Amino acid sequence: MSSSTTSENNATSSNNMMNGRKTWEGCSVLLDINDGDRLVFARLSNDAKLKIGNKNYSLQPLIGCAFGSVFQAESGPQGPFLFHSLTSSLQGNNTEEIKDGQVNVESRDNRALMDNNTAQSLTGDDIEAMRRQGARGNEIIEALIADSATFERKTSFSQEKYRLKKQKKYAPKVLMRRPVARSICEAYFKKYPTKIGFLRVDTLSLLLSMANVSSNSDVLVVDMVGGLITGAVAERLGGTGFVCNSYLGKSPYSMDIVRIFNFSDEICKRILRSPISNLLSQKESPEQILQDANVCNVESQSNDQMENTDNTNIPAKRVCKAAKAGEKAPQEIIDSWKENGFSSLIIAAPEMDTWTLVKDLLPLLSNSAPFAIYHQYLQPLATCMHNLQLEKMAIGLQISEPWLREYQVLPSRTHPCMQMSAFGGYILTGTKICSSS
Amino acid sequence: MLANDLEKRISFKRSISNGDLVIVYEKHDSMKAVTVSEGSVLQNRFGVFKHSDWIGNPFGSKVFSNKGGFVYLLAPTPELWTLVLSHRTQILYIADISFVIMYLEIVPGCLVLESGTGSGSLTTSLARAVAPTGHVYTFDFHDQRAGSARDDFERTGLSSLISVGVRDIQGEGFPDEFTGLADSVFLDLPQPWLAIPSVAKMLKQDGTLCSFSPCIEQVQRSCETLQTCFTDIRTFEVLLRTYEVREEKMGTFHGDGNDSNVSLPCKRRQCSDGSYVVSTTISSVMARPCGEARGHTGYLTFARLK
Repeated sequence: MSSSTTSENNATSSNNMMNGRKTWEGCSVLLDINDGDRLVFARLSNDAKLKIGNKNYSLQPLIGCAFGSVFQAESGPQGPFLFHSLTSSLQGNNTEEIKDGQVNVESRDNRALMDNNTAQSLTGDDIEAMRRQGARGNEIIEALIADSATFERKTSFSQEKYRLKKQKKYAPKVLMRRPVARSICEAYFKKYPTKIGFLRVDTLSLLLSMANVSSNSDVLVVDMVGGLITGAVAERLGGTGFVCNSYLGKSPYSMDIVRIFNFSDEICKRILRSPISNLLSQKESPEQILQDANVCNVESQSNDQMENTDNTNIPAKRVCKAAKAGEKAPQEIIDSWKENGFSSLIIAAPEMDTWTLVKDLLPLLSNSAPFAIYHQYLQPLATCMHNLQLEKMAIGLQISEPWLREYQVLPSRTHPCMQMSAFGGYILTGTKICSSS
Repeated sequence: MLANDLEKRISFKRSISNGDLVIVYEKHDSMKAVTVSEGSVLQNRFGVFKHSDWIGNPFGSKVFSNKGGFVYLLAPTPELWTLVLSHRTQILYIADISFVIMYLEIVPGCLVLESGTGSGSLTTSLARAVAPTGHVYTFDFHDQRAGSARDDFERTGLSSLISVGVRDIQGEGFPDEFTGLADSVFLDLPQPWLAIPSVAKMLKQDGTLCSFSPCIEQVQRSCETLQTCFTDIRTFEVLLRTYEVREEKMGTFHGDGNDSNVSLPCKRRQCSDGSYVVSTTISSVMARPCGEARGHTGYLTFARLK
C-alpha cells in the first residue's frame, strides 16, 4: 500500500489514508506519552505543539512517520525536540537478566535499603548543567544510576523499576498511534469516561457485533456518547451503507469524536443525521426540512475540543481538513429507509428513557433485524426487556455485562493486573420479529 | 448472511424463498440452521413444519406446525450462526470474537490470516469485518475439517470472502505469498509460539496479532517468543455475565394507609388493637445475574509488529 508523505498527494490518496500506515500533514493521531501515563489526540502540522512537563515540542517531526513509531523527547541547542528513536525499549540490557532470573532465586533483597534521601548525590542543578552541555536523556539516566549508592543492591526487578521511573522523567517517550475505534474508545475511557457514558472497549465491540454491523448495512443509531458509536459504525461500514445518527428534538447530539478518526470523504458521506421525527413521519412538510437543515449547519461548525485538551495547540490552517461527516439525511434516502427498514439499531442514550425510545424506533427496523442497546444502569434495560417481551416485539432478548481482565505476563511473575476496570456497562440485545402475527 | 448480498439482505420487501438459509428459533437456547427446500419438513417437539408454508413469509415470522406449535424464522447473522453451527472443535464465543475483531483493528479491506479454522465460528465474523473488499485466508491441518468449513462458508454465502487452506501452520508457517501483506493474524493453536516467527514475516509494519490459548502456560511461552519482534504485548480475559429479568410481586406493609400512593390492589385489615393496617402488593421488574456462566474460555494475547 502506498502512503502519502507529502501534502500534494493527499487529495488523490484520501482513500488510502484510513488504512494508511504513515502519517501526513493534517492527519489525526493519538499520542501515548510514557506508556499510557498521558494520552493526547492531536492533528499533525508544522505548527502543532505538544507540551510535556514544562516544555513545548513541535509535532512536525511526526509527519510522514509510520504509526507505531516511538519518539524521544530531547533537549538541543535549538530547544526541545522530538527525536524518532528506532529502538523503542530503554530497558534493553536489563530484560535479559530478568529472563534468566526466572529460575535463579534472587539473592538480593531490600533489607538493607534505608529511605533517608542520601542515596543520590546528583542535584537538580547538576542535571540541568549536564543538559546545557548537551547530554541526552539516556546519558542522564546512566549518570543517575552510576551515582546511586543503592542501585547495585536493588533486586533486578526494582532496578528495572528505577530505570523506568527515571526514563519517564528525563527521557519521556511518545508513541504515535492510529486513531481507530479501539484506541479512541480506550483513550476516552481512561481520560473522559463520562463523555462516552462509561462505555468500555469490549462493550463497544459487543454492540457492533450484536448489531451485525457490516458493509452495506443501514444502521440506525442514537448516539449520546459523543459520536463514538457513530464513528465506530462508520469504520466498520468502510464507505458503504449508511449510519443514521438520529436525535430527538431540534438539535443533533455532539459528534466530536467522529472527527478524530481519519475518515476518507467516502466514509464521511456515509454518516448522515436525521431527527427521529422525520424517520417516523409519513410525509414531511418542506418548511420542516428547511428548519432542520439550518440546525444541522449551526451544530457542525462548533466543537473541536478533544484535540485542544492536554495543551496541544490546534494548528490554524489545516492542509487536509477533515471532511464534513453528518450531513442531514436527504429525503430520498430517508424514504428508502422507510421502504426497506434499517438493518440494525444501536442505542447509547443514557439520558433518554430506554423503553419509550425503543418502542418508537423498533418499527423502523426490517423484520429479523438485530439491535443492541447500551446503558450504564441495569434497570432501564430490565424494564425495556420486560416490555419488549410483553408486547412480543422481539425475541432472543438478553442483558449481558462484559467483564475484562488484563494480565501481567512475565517469567515467574504472571498474575492478573492489580488494577482493573470493574465496570464497562450493560447491553440489551435481541432480534425484532414481525408484529402482525 | 451479510448485507453485501443485496438480493439477500433483510428488508421489509424481502421474504423467505426456496434455498434460503434460515435460523429456526424455538427458545433463546434452542435454535437450528435450516436450508429451506420446498417439499421438505422440519420435525421437532412442537410438531411437523412444512417448508412450503414458510416460503413467501418475511424473516422474523412466527410459523406453525401441524399441531399448532410455533417457531420463529430468523435471517442468519454471524452471532446466530455461532449458536447453531456444528461443533467440530471447541469454538470461540461472542465476547471473545467481538473483542478480537475490535482489538485487531480489522476494518473493511483488511487481509487477515487465521489458523486453525476449527469450526469457523470466528472466521465468519472475520469475514463480516473485512467485507466487501478484504479477504480472510484461514488454515487448518485437518483436511476433513477444512472441507466442512468450506461447505459451511458456501452455505452462509461467505465463500467469496474466505479461502480455506489445508496446512500445518505450526510446522510450516504461513505461505510465503502473504509475506508482508497481512494486516492482522489470529492464532488458535496448541503451540502458538512455533508459528510466531512466521506471523512476524507475514504482517505489515504495525500489524496486529492475536493468539488465543486456554492455558496460562501457553500464554507464558508465547509472550516470551513475542518479545523479539513484537511490541505492545497485552493479555486479556473477557467474559460475559448475563442477567435474568423478572416481574416479582412483593407485599408491603404500612402502619397507616393514608399516605399510600401505590395504585395496586389494597387490603385493609383491622388489627387487634383497633388500628387499620394496609397491606398491598406491588410488582416490579427486577434483574439479577444468572446463576451459571462460562467461567473461562481462553486468554487473548495481542501484540503489534515492531
